[in-house]
Amino acid sequence: MSAPTVVPGGEAPAGGWETVIGLEVHVQLKTRTKMFCGCSSVFGDPPNTNVCPVCLGLPGALPAPNEQALRLAVRAAYGLGLTVHPRSIFARKNYFYPDLPKGYQISQHVEPLSTGGRLEIESPDRGPLTVGITRIHLEEDAAKSFHDKVPGMTAVDFNRSGVPLIEIVGEPDLRSPAEARAYLTALKQVLVYLEVSDCSMEEGSLRVDANVSVRPAGNAELRTRCEIKNLNSFANVERALVFERDRHIAVYVSGGTIEQRTMTFDAAKGEVRPVRSKEESHDYRYFPEPDIPPLVLTEAWLAAERGALPELPAAKRARFEKQHGLTRYEAGVLTAEREQADLYEMAVAKGGSPKSVATWMMNEVDRLQAVYKRVSSPEIARLTPRLSSAEVFVTAVAAVSQSVETGDLNRQGGRQLLEEIAAKPERLVESLAAGAPRAIAASLAKPLGILQISDAGEIEGWVREVLDVHAAQVARYKGGEEKLYGFLVGQVMKRSKGRADPKLVNAALVRVLKGTPGG
Amino acid sequence: MSDRRALAALTARRIRELEDGGAHAFVEWSEAALLAQADAPASPAGGALAGETVAVKDNICDLTFRTTCCSRILEGWRSPFEATAVRRLRDAGALVAGKTNCDEFGMGSSTEFSCHGPTVNPCDSARVPGGSSGGSAAAVASGAVSMALGSETGGSVRQPAAFCGVVGIKPTYGRVSRYGLVAFGSSLDQIGTFGRDVEGAARLLAVISGRDPFDATSLDRDPLPPPGPAPVSLAGTVIGIPREYFGEGLHAGVAAGMRRAMDRLRALGAELRDVSLLHTKYAVPTYYIVAPAEASSNLARYDGVRYGRRVGEGAADVRALYRATRGSGFGPEVRRRILLGTYVLSAGFYDAYYGKAQGARERIGGDFTAVFAGGVHAVFTPTTPTPAFKLGENLSDPVAMYLSDIYVCTANLAGVPALSLPIGRDQGLPLGGQLIGPMEGEAEIIRIGQALEAVVGGAEEVR
Repeated sequence: MSAPTVVPGGEAPAGGWETVIGLEVHVQLKTRTKMFCGCSSVFGDPPNTNVCPVCLGLPGALPAPNEQALRLAVRAAYGLGLTVHPRSIFARKNYFYPDLPKGYQISQHVEPLSTGGRLEIESPDRGPLTVGITRIHLEEDAAKSFHDKVPGMTAVDFNRSGVPLIEIVGEPDLRSPAEARAYLTALKQVLVYLEVSDCSMEEGSLRVDANVSVRPAGNAELRTRCEIKNLNSFANVERALVFERDRHIAVYVSGGTIEQRTMTFDAAKGEVRPVRSKEESHDYRYFPEPDIPPLVLTEAWLAAERGALPELPAAKRARFEKQHGLTRYEAGVLTAEREQADLYEMAVAKGGSPKSVATWMMNEVDRLQAVYKRVSSPEIARLTPRLSSAEVFVTAVAAVSQSVETGDLNRQGGRQLLEEIAAKPERLVESLAAGAPRAIAASLAKPLGILQISDAGEIEGWVREVLDVHAAQVARYKGGEEKLYGFLVGQVMKRSKGRADPKLVNAALVRVLKGTPGG
Repeated sequence: MSDRRALAALTARRIRELEDGGAHAFVEWSEAALLAQADAPASPAGGALAGETVAVKDNICDLTFRTTCCSRILEGWRSPFEATAVRRLRDAGALVAGKTNCDEFGMGSSTEFSCHGPTVNPCDSARVPGGSSGGSAAAVASGAVSMALGSETGGSVRQPAAFCGVVGIKPTYGRVSRYGLVAFGSSLDQIGTFGRDVEGAARLLAVISGRDPFDATSLDRDPLPPPGPAPVSLAGTVIGIPREYFGEGLHAGVAAGMRRAMDRLRALGAELRDVSLLHTKYAVPTYYIVAPAEASSNLARYDGVRYGRRVGEGAADVRALYRATRGSGFGPEVRRRILLGTYVLSAGFYDAYYGKAQGARERIGGDFTAVFAGGVHAVFTPTTPTPAFKLGENLSDPVAMYLSDIYVCTANLAGVPALSLPIGRDQGLPLGGQLIGPMEGEAEIIRIGQALEAVVGGAEEVR
């Protein structure tokens, strides 16, 4: 809930103001080719190189729908819990703009592909929250206009013309800018999981329009909304919504009224302002697209798509908590990306405690990334023709995790082992023959001299040496300077070159200190 | 000289004679282009159209000739691709003679709304050839070519075929790929064929028909077989005579021609049955909502931004460029239909016009379905209420012009196949009779058409 903004001379309603936000998200589908022609839909090629009569809207050209785009749209719809309709129709949305080569966009209007879904999000204000999704429909992208490439002119790149899109229309269920951002984060996670889209705002494969209004808290009636376009990052969505929310409140507080308008966000100035009135209030003159027959999907086809859905983030997180005994936080981090979640479960499958594997994967991100990079390099992949890079990687994770868990290595030794693997991945490959992860770790650690020392006698010897050498500190410790205990532990570890089992060091230190005079 | 080269030279001579005579059937053709095609590595020997020259309406894309749709807005436009239908007829061994005149974007019934000026009727130089495919009809009627491609949105092949005394076939919607046919009313548009006789038009249709992955509305069917020999009897064939097509305004000559043709059908052994197509009276108003609505959208792409005419370079904003380009590039009939179509699709009017018209269209289709379900093999009607009218006669009266399509636009609305064949002449002017078949019933109307053609006396005076 947004805090009521106090404006001089105005008065906030008793319960403050409530913000109402609904998002429309356009997502480019990850297809090889465009929606209605065979041109490549790849991002970043030289301008106007992936074009043909169809996506340039030349006289006589006709659209031929891309089945893969349909499949991805259906997958997104099922992933977000929508009902996919066995019959839907394309429609023409008519308006003139230089980046719209046919003078109309092929979209869906009445009878869309899918309706009535939901997304579970973690609201920063309200906790777990279900946000309604009104509909998901298929459409084609327009070309891209550049107003800054040629002085005084607009340049148009038709490579983007006809790239398949889905529009995901959300219900106005969001109550704060931060909640809107949380919704987008969750939405992106699901779509990336589904491999429906890259969802890259930098490349424009995910674009957001935000509708916002405010009302006195407790009022059921919606007030006039404004639509904000040109939002190019999740952070800017939040910034723009804060700005626009505050503007609405200020207007109402000073007794004014809000006019329904289309707004644009200026990221440089951090402000929202109306677009020129010419560019709004289109009458799109929708009518059924006569060039494409109604889209009829058989129950069998739909069932196959539904059945092929991967496990989605929310379900995976819940399962990780239950099956692997992880906290909600740990499960959330490990399931944030599908690949990460898969690697985690592969490592767990190699034995050892799931908790320990989780700790390593969450706390040693940098070292593990270095390992992954090296083991997936072509030269290492060549050495392990029958194993995937992922398989080699999770062997390293399991080796370290299990060795530390069992006391073969201490934590520092585990970190050193990861660094050794990243530096010399071929050694890992050689030691794979040792079989079990612990054996692999042992064969790698031995020459490094980092195997943990658990010989109580040896450790006690170092403890006694330290206490002798640092008699003065011992005396101060016994005099109440408790923080010196850590210093003494450090000195013992130093003598063991970091290899002593810290638990045994502790035990020995406590015992020997007790037995020395001065206490 | 090869046979193909001789054919090319002969065709060039005939076209030159036709054009020198002031017919203005062609908007682009050349002897050089014909000879170059003849000299090109020959298409498969014995192709289905070997030895034929085909003229192509100017709204169908071709790589050899320009495609202007007889509109100033596409002045000089050369399509970078070829229509599926054109490619197929070339692959079958035909020579493409050139591009023929038509009403701008196919909008008109007289070929007078062409930026290149009108075509005259080869049978009477004071009269129109009909339209919008008037140039193609005139080219075949004059004997310059043996066949031609036209296109229909509301009778634009059959009506000029009737006016010029040739055969025109409008196939089932989806039978011929529309890829490369410049769109006018997409849900109605079909490429159709002209021939000197039913067999010729049907043979060309067979070649260009069949599924095409580039047109999502094309029927998933193999190409039609070529026509067989003309049957000598129509015994067992039931032909419906719809009373709504013989009402007020039917020209006496046309009525006489129809009576004579019906007698001949009976003589062939066909059973003629009185039938009703109750919603026929709604066809013209329905057509003039649906077709302009789709046209207003289809013609939005001609904006001066990417190709074709551009007027207002350096204008204050892009809207001024659109206005200057479109305002000067489109002729009066096209402008009228864009305005009409924009209006009927506007917010608040959609249900009253476009929505209502869709309902009427379903009923018109339902009439045909019911008649054919009742055991009727084909419906026989006059193609037009009158013979060819005079040049300029209907130019200032759009509604009178629209009503010349009253008997032909029903088949476009219903999607069913139909053909027009000569059934005689009245004071020298050709009269057309129309056979309408059920969905995908081309073979049936072609068979009946061939039988009737053999006995009807298409070149004789009917009274």
